[in-house]
Amino acid sequence: MVRPIRPSHGAVVTATSLSLALLATGCDYLSGTGGTSAGRDGAGCEPFAEWADVEGGTVDIYASIRDEEGERMQRAWHDFAECTGINIRYEGSGEFEAQVQVKVDGGNAPDIAFFPQPGLLSRFVESGDALPLPDSVAKRAQEGYPEDWLQYVEHDGKLYGTPLGANVKSFVWYSPGFFEKNGYEIPQTWDDLITLSDTMADDGVKPWCAGIESGEATGWPVTDWLENVMLREHGPEVYDQWIDHEIPFDDPKVTQALDRVGDILRNPDYVNGGHGGVKSIATTSSQVGGLPILDEKCGMYLMGSFYAAQWPEGTEIAEDGDVFAFNLPTIDEEIGTPVLGGGEFAAAFSDRPEVVAVQEYLATADYANNRAQEGAWFSAHKDLDLDALDNPNDRFAAELLRDPDTVFRWDGGDYMPAAVGSGTFWRAMTNWINGSDTEDVLSYVEQSWPKS
Amino acid sequence: MAFDILAELPKLLWLVIAVAAFLAVFGVLLLAVDGGPRTRYDWWQAACFLAPAGILLLTGLVYPVIRTTVLSFHGPGGDTWVGWGNYVWMFTRPEILLVLRNTFLWVIFAPILATATGLVYSVLVDRSRYESIAKSLLFMPMAISFVGASIIWKFVYAFRPANADQIGLLNQLLVWAGGEPRQWLLEGPLNTLLLIVVLIWIQAGFAMVILSAAIKAIPAEIVEAARIDGVNGWQQFWRITLPSIWPTVTVVLITISVQTLKIFDIVRTMTGGQFGTSVIANEMYSQAFRYGQLGHGSALAVFMFLLVIPLVLIQIRNARRTREAQSL
Amino acid sequence: MILSPPRTGPDPAPGRAATARPSAAARVRRKLSGTGASAAAIIIAVLWTLPTAGLLISSFRPEDQIKTTGWWTFFSDPTLTLRNYEEVLFGGTSTRQLASYFVNSFVIALPTMVFVVGIAALTAYALAWMNFPGRDWIFIGVFALQIVPLQMSLVPLLSLFSDGLTIGTTQVLPAWDLRGAFQFTRVWVAHTIFGLPLGIFLMHNFIVQLPKSLIEAARADGAGHGVIFRRIVLPLIVPALVSLSILQFLWGWNDLLVALIFAGGSVEVAPLTVRLAEMAGTRGEEWQRLTAGAFVSMVVPLIVFFSLQRYFVRGLLAGSTKG
Repeated sequence: MVRPIRPSHGAVVTATSLSLALLATGCDYLSGTGGTSAGRDGAGCEPFAEWADVEGGTVDIYASIRDEEGERMQRAWHDFAECTGINIRYEGSGEFEAQVQVKVDGGNAPDIAFFPQPGLLSRFVESGDALPLPDSVAKRAQEGYPEDWLQYVEHDGKLYGTPLGANVKSFVWYSPGFFEKNGYEIPQTWDDLITLSDTMADDGVKPWCAGIESGEATGWPVTDWLENVMLREHGPEVYDQWIDHEIPFDDPKVTQALDRVGDILRNPDYVNGGHGGVKSIATTSSQVGGLPILDEKCGMYLMGSFYAAQWPEGTEIAEDGDVFAFNLPTIDEEIGTPVLGGGEFAAAFSDRPEVVAVQEYLATADYANNRAQEGAWFSAHKDLDLDALDNPNDRFAAELLRDPDTVFRWDGGDYMPAAVGSGTFWRAMTNWINGSDTEDVLSYVEQSWPKS
Repeated sequence: MAFDILAELPKLLWLVIAVAAFLAVFGVLLLAVDGGPRTRYDWWQAACFLAPAGILLLTGLVYPVIRTTVLSFHGPGGDTWVGWGNYVWMFTRPEILLVLRNTFLWVIFAPILATATGLVYSVLVDRSRYESIAKSLLFMPMAISFVGASIIWKFVYAFRPANADQIGLLNQLLVWAGGEPRQWLLEGPLNTLLLIVVLIWIQAGFAMVILSAAIKAIPAEIVEAARIDGVNGWQQFWRITLPSIWPTVTVVLITISVQTLKIFDIVRTMTGGQFGTSVIANEMYSQAFRYGQLGHGSALAVFMFLLVIPLVLIQIRNARRTREAQSL
Repeated sequence: MILSPPRTGPDPAPGRAATARPSAAARVRRKLSGTGASAAAIIIAVLWTLPTAGLLISSFRPEDQIKTTGWWTFFSDPTLTLRNYEEVLFGGTSTRQLASYFVNSFVIALPTMVFVVGIAALTAYALAWMNFPGRDWIFIGVFALQIVPLQMSLVPLLSLFSDGLTIGTTQVLPAWDLRGAFQFTRVWVAHTIFGLPLGIFLMHNFIVQLPKSLIEAARADGAGHGVIFRRIVLPLIVPALVSLSILQFLWGWNDLLVALIFAGGSVEVAPLTVRLAEMAGTRGEEWQRLTAGAFVSMVVPLIVFFSLQRYFVRGLLAGSTKG
């Protein structure tokens, strides 16, 4: 009888283990997790010595920052990741505000998210999903950033985020050359501003241009206008009450402020240089809104410091260059010129050691300086090296933020509940530009304020 | 960083593995199904064949419908019971009423105009020399994504001030006709109608293909009889063609209506729901995910679901009638 | 019963059987005076083609021209450039290039197509030819599921993926912690779920029309359902399989929302449509990129459409007229 040939015991074991090993490497290959994750030691890693004990790992970061800006950010923390062996997986999405909710609800929360809206962050604080900063991170945040900033992420005495980038939204962009040629002066008061606008209009140039189209966020530049005027006309205290909903959204003070904005934005003699009439504001992209300044088709454009990135290549941004910005002038002497701004807060949804390490690093001056060196960025960090900022406008803005006399307020729309701040507020301002009555649009927003 | 083909390889490899695994399971299932005993009813075999779809549909569609319905009676976070509160909110807020109005505009105009265009076109090109090319042209938009189509039409509607050259076709035509360029997407309810045009543009091809086939299936005897009676073209269209294909027309109308009710991408890409153009699907996405108002979003979703149910009932009844007529 | 039982005898394909007969519409057209009718047809055809043509021409024009003059000026001042395509496909930083997104679209659409067609054929066969009580109600239920707005399913499905399924205290399904290429699995499953109701409906309409005698003879010979499905049904429904495949491929390729939720925006898994939607949203005035990008995303569906037009049309027909 012929016995069937059986493979020896040893051969079976070898074959099995071989195929298992093959399977394992295959999985690593497909999931992109192959290779070693041990940290690199040696040259260039000295600044990261304090995280030497962290044993690698992967940290997911999710934010709204994309394209060029996203790349720069990743370069800024590249060395940190390399030296500590932490694999930072970054994802930027234009749908951040909606997606982060879906991810968290779906149990797929990122480890760290960068929130441009403190209001959105507080939603996750209330639901218990966002975690308070560990002491080591909170300490760095308090050392590095002013109280004006941290108040927006403080809940029940605990901090929930560290500030990252910053921007100033009180800027009026203009062309220094155009101003000089015509003998225009930077206005110091609101009255000066109106006089200047009239002069320009008489000279046959539309003094203002504006563009508020931004997909579903259309209308947000008008909210910046209103917030700036609220701050200057009624002062930071009233502003705080307004965004906290301690006074109604359609308080007569707000009506007054919006009408003041209307004196400019809804004045056919003043707008919309290079784009058309008043209504063209609603369909002009906020990104191209200010470009007619270069062609001397309009005089001024109110837009955040981040607009520096929108000028065509080769435009010199300097006090004596092609374009520059001044702070929107004072309305009430006693209140002065508070600064309206924004930025992002890094908040965490998990507290693994590698996540904490990344949080710690993001709160350091080292990260801030690294990021600043990549260009087109500044923050409110006290130890940020201002000389490293690549354009004079950013320097001007960063100095403004650092000045102890500056009163800083966060963009109120980002602080209000999202249903208002990213919904009805924008829609109302868009309708207002299109001719709706001031009181009507404000009471419309008031009614939409969530009841709870 | 240049395009790196090596970085794409794992994806393709996983694709091949997944498809191969699926086909293997599929084959095993087919072999296994005949192993069981034969009974009066095919219980065991049916269970095998229905299991994959059953599991997927129950978890992916049936359960979510139930969950959303429950959530629609709850507050923003999904934990407090609010009764009909979200529905009351829906029918009292002016901006939501506007959304509902827009959705009705969509459902009224898009299916009717798309079907009408398809019908007229299929009658016109029927039996002509270039029929297949002509049909391809109308049908092409169906192969384009809603996002792609939205970009195409955003370009058509683009606005430049009167003193500059227009880049949008519609405004250029207006200028050539001696008018002032307009900002088409700004003024309601015209803007909603202009968005509807995009969907009509996409769906007319679908209507045309189906109606054209139905027209060709009209029995020759009827056509011949009409010819002998000496009716003219118009009469023939109204008295013979249209009545003969009417069941198909209804089916097309309803199918496009279902698509229209769920419309999302076009509005989102072209206006982001601004300028009073939002529709239910877009609004529910914003409410539930962007504003954190899960209750509001769910109520909108349930309402949308309810709106579609009568359409499905009509379609089922319609299908039954067709079948009865055919089996006579 | 509703929607069943099947009719016997092969169903004449409407287009084919009618070719020999004079058509009602042909007579309408002739009587409507030839020129007027052709003119109307040409006008519609032009209206339907012009927007796409404009986009195509624009995508080959230099940036400054796209932004300042209409594409129709191209005919008086033709300047062609491939720069827009270069920029969009390979240019810039890694997150901007469309080439990776292009691959992702393929990797999403192709397996989804296989899964939907396979499962749908299986289910449709059971609903058409297997004998068990309640099958018509199941079929109506599946048909009705077509209308579930998929926004309703996003969060439940996502939490199923990331938390797994727990009934009571037993973990029935583990969480899917997927990395790298494995992340596509979630998109496939989600797409398959959303594609199934329509797929089953279409396949059912084909399969139910097969001659009853054929299946009954095989049953009498003692063949099981597995064998009948494999040997008899599958070869006969090849045209249906092809048309459903094309539909499902186009659908997977063109989808935005499912990809947005289950793939996210990372260049690792996000398809072209996600990228394009972002370009349209954040770069509203960058027409040179938008036009080229849009056309890149359209190329594959157009190729599929033109080469397989015949089957595609047939697939649509099954869905709507034979319900």
